Amino acid sequence: MYLLLFFIFGGLCAAGALNLLLQSHPINSALSLIVVMSSLAVLYLLLGAEFLAAAQVIVYSGAIMVLFTFVIMLLNAGKEERTHGSKAAYIVGVPGVAVLVCLLSFIFLSQKSHLSNARLGDYLVTTSDLSAVLFRDLLLPFEVTSVLILVAILGAVALARRGN
Amino acid sequence: MVLSIVKVLVVTVILLMSVAYTVLLERKLVGRIQNRWGPSRVGPFGIWQPMADGIKLFLKEDLLPTGVNRPLYILAPIIALTCALMSISVVPFGVSTKVKGVDLFQIADVNIGLMILLGITGIGVYGIALAGWASNNKYSLLGALRASAQLISYELALGLSLIGVVLRTGSVRLRDIVDLQATHGLLSWNVLGGFQFVAFFIYLMAAYAETNRSPFDLPEAESELTAGYHTEYSAMKFAMFFMAEYANMITVGCVATLLFFGGWTSPFGNLLPPIANSFLAAIVPLFWFVIKVFCFLFLYIWVRGTLPRFRYDQLMGFGWKFLLPLAIANIVVTSLWLAFKGS
Repeated sequence: MYLLLFFIFGGLCAAGALNLLLQSHPINSALSLIVVMSSLAVLYLLLGAEFLAAAQVIVYSGAIMVLFTFVIMLLNAGKEERTHGSKAAYIVGVPGVAVLVCLLSFIFLSQKSHLSNARLGDYLVTTSDLSAVLFRDLLLPFEVTSVLILVAILGAVALARRGN
Repeated sequence: MVLSIVKVLVVTVILLMSVAYTVLLERKLVGRIQNRWGPSRVGPFGIWQPMADGIKLFLKEDLLPTGVNRPLYILAPIIALTCALMSISVVPFGVSTKVKGVDLFQIADVNIGLMILLGITGIGVYGIALAGWASNNKYSLLGALRASAQLISYELALGLSLIGVVLRTGSVRLRDIVDLQATHGLLSWNVLGGFQFVAFFIYLMAAYAETNRSPFDLPEAESELTAGYHTEYSAMKFAMFFMAEYANMITVGCVATLLFFGGWTSPFGNLLPPIANSFLAAIVPLFWFVIKVFCFLFLYIWVRGTLPRFRYDQLMGFGWKFLLPLAIANIVVTSLWLAFKGS
């Protein structure tokens, strides 16, 4: 059952990602990205990370992608023209992707014993487990990350205000 | 399994019927507020008016304007209605009553109920945004742009206003949140005993904006935008947006009841003697829940009949410069209070 759901939503995720690249209209690409984000949320849920799944839907599918579609609608962006792409992408891109895939599969296969904690469906990370890790064990990295995000927000505000 | 499916069907049918009759309630009440009678021709007190409207909308010709982006134009009302109906699935209506292992008064009891509600609300925006964009009409597009901007802005205040309640409970499961408020009736409700009235005020304002209701109904402001995002929609597709709006109203009323007004618990607490009959013990909480949700719907309609529409800059200023800081202040004060109490 869990495996079936994994294949359905994993397939949906991959199909969405492909569609994102192949569509020529930006709004269709944005919608495909929403499908990818939402099916990722289901995959998180299958791995027992319920809070992360909900946060994924609220933050990525809900907020960030609304901003994407908002901008596309506001600019009324038309269809993109088909080009053959840059040469650099062909020369570096394809081997780069191949290397990345090899590297990832090597890591996953060699670290199998450490990664086997993650299983489909049969256990649940509750919100309190997650908060214990975030606010007790990893408090310093968490706070440093939030300061980093604050700096980014301030930077964005400063850039937006430079006009006047 | 069969019992679960029956339960889902029953809840959906009741929700759709309540949607139909909320429309009638609104027309009647707004009529009385404006010193007229409202629908009074179909049946006694116009009681069959929703049925007549439903049949009319169902039989009308479904127009498809030529310039539209056809797949998205058709998809948009489906997204809007699906999201509006989906959110009822995590709402508990009464005390957990198991019959053959199936909880009668809740479709799905999930640990992250509150977050699922927020997530579904977030997805529901696409219905409106895509409707406006796919219609290929300037009024629709402006309505959709207003709706997306408004929903993003007020979702922040909405989410932050709920954190005070979650901090008090220590859980985002809706049943836990209600159980905490069940001890002393009125006095232990979050809005009074929990001192979350500021949070409730923020939630109420944000909820009006999230459901595109007056005084924040700028996405469909008739005087400026014809009908806003659903200008080009007719017949059943229009009805789907209409139903989505009222279903969202009911969900928001349910959530406000659960989070701030003690859900299905009675306001008198231990003053009333405990109910011995097991059938009544299951039904009476349901009665309190419905009464509370009804009061919210009444308030919604009353506000619509009373207040004029905001100006757009006022709406944005109110959301970002007043509600958001207030919500953050509420979180800080609630956390300090809880830390001080040492719980």
